[in-house]
Amino acid sequence: MGISVSHISKSYKAVKALKDISFEVKAGELFGLIGPDGAGKTTLFRILTTLLIANEGTATVANFDVISDYKNIRKSVGYMPGKFSLYQDLTVEENLDFFATIFGTTIEENYDLIKDIYVQIAPFKDRRAGKLSGGMKQKLALCCALIHKPKVLFLDEPTTGVDPVSRKEFWDMLKRLQQKGITILVSTPYMDEAALCDRIALIQDGKILEIDTPQAIVKHYPKQIYNVRANNTYQLIKALNTYKHNHSTYPFGEFVHYTDSRLNFNPDDLVRYLESKKLSNIEIEKTNPTIEDTFMELAK
Amino acid sequence: MKNNKVIQVEGLTKIFGDFAAVNAITFEVNKGEIFGFLGANGAGKTTAMKMLIGISTPTSGKANVAGFDVHKHAEDIKKNIGYMSQKFALYDDLTVKENITFFGGIYGLSRKRIKEKSAVLIEELGLEKVANKLVGALPLGWKQKLSFSVALLHEPKIVFLDEPTGGVDPITRRQFWEMIYKAASEGTTVFVTTHYMDEAEYCDRVSIMVNGKIEALDTPKRLKEKFKVDHMNDVFLKLARG
Repeated sequence: MGISVSHISKSYKAVKALKDISFEVKAGELFGLIGPDGAGKTTLFRILTTLLIANEGTATVANFDVISDYKNIRKSVGYMPGKFSLYQDLTVEENLDFFATIFGTTIEENYDLIKDIYVQIAPFKDRRAGKLSGGMKQKLALCCALIHKPKVLFLDEPTTGVDPVSRKEFWDMLKRLQQKGITILVSTPYMDEAALCDRIALIQDGKILEIDTPQAIVKHYPKQIYNVRANNTYQLIKALNTYKHNHSTYPFGEFVHYTDSRLNFNPDDLVRYLESKKLSNIEIEKTNPTIEDTFMELAK
Repeated sequence: MKNNKVIQVEGLTKIFGDFAAVNAITFEVNKGEIFGFLGANGAGKTTAMKMLIGISTPTSGKANVAGFDVHKHAEDIKKNIGYMSQKFALYDDLTVKENITFFGGIYGLSRKRIKEKSAVLIEELGLEKVANKLVGALPLGWKQKLSFSVALLHEPKIVFLDEPTGGVDPITRRQFWEMIYKAASEGTTVFVTTHYMDEAEYCDRVSIMVNGKIEALDTPKRLKEKFKVDHMNDVFLKLARG
């Protein structure tokens, strides 16, 4: 087992950050924790990396208990926090060397594991970490988290604020690491990244909404979604939101995703209603749900 | 300046040392338009935006924002625009009401006007119960909606939004965009950067910056046709990867 979490709860004074969380990550799995800021993702990461103690529940990482065996966990996991946490005054190479030494290893010994990533920052190896661009910092942090060849890798929002191109490159890197046998738990607020994981947990307000493969999660969506388009998107959203049979209305790229509360919904009725609201060029067609649709339906 | 052009940029350039962070960009934004300003990290978006909001002087080129020249009247630009970003928004250790009063004061609104605006804004956002709570205690999504409203307090001609929805949950993200649509429908120009490509589709037009230059500028629909793809994400990947 890569990670096992059983009935974990954690409160900060009056705030319940995590409420009875349970899930398991298999060895070698790429598991995604998908949820917005404040969902409790970072608290969970800190508990699993033995930096924080839960109020209730138990958890193991690489078969070590987070309380009684915390020293072994620290030796066998890599953790890349959401906030850049390397030494800004040390150079790229010094940071890497520092982390290798702390874990009793050398850069040479595990160079294979980081090679693909390190070659991209190697031209800047004498630059101080604080002077690197965001994308470079992220790559260096990943190298430092990998330098002791961890069994389990924790990545807390590695792609937040990162542009789509760099995000795609980062996920390609994760896939390659997974092929080398590393179990990966990664969190992200970007719903489109969920599809790149083996399994995901949707999390909001400290509670897990659902756990499954990305494919199964969208299959469980309870309604037929329609793509709706008209000449004025803002007026369209307002009209749909005030339609008496509206179940949900969310803008989605160039369309609005609409679901109807009736079982025998006829799109022609909606066209007539929208026309009565002075909208024109109305298009309505069936579409498939995405992870984001599912998340919003569950979070409603 | 023609009436309906609220931003006019011509050959705008910023050079740091021997590096052209912004390399002769030219574009225009219309009144009431939602204009998406996209680009990879490091493409020069922030540098360009800083010049447009009057806090960085261009090395060369022209820009007129809200009727004022960025070279000569940077201070007037600041009074006539609103600005919010994910990083700088509101003061966490002031209450909701105090933040509104503070920013209203900064923009020179009268006490009476601030009081009126404050009441309307708190009601519209449904913040009655937390009006006297510290902003730091609010969920991120609420903060972002509040700071957008605060950026509009002085009824600016243009509002600049720098990644306003990063990390915000999907439902709140959409409510935020409804606020953007509303502002635009009332004639406010919205200039917005985002890393969510579905949000790029909500814009009337988008520009994509690559290495300091604007490599594409059109409606999302026409850009997708031009690059023969179904999503803005693919347009972005094609352009930014060369």
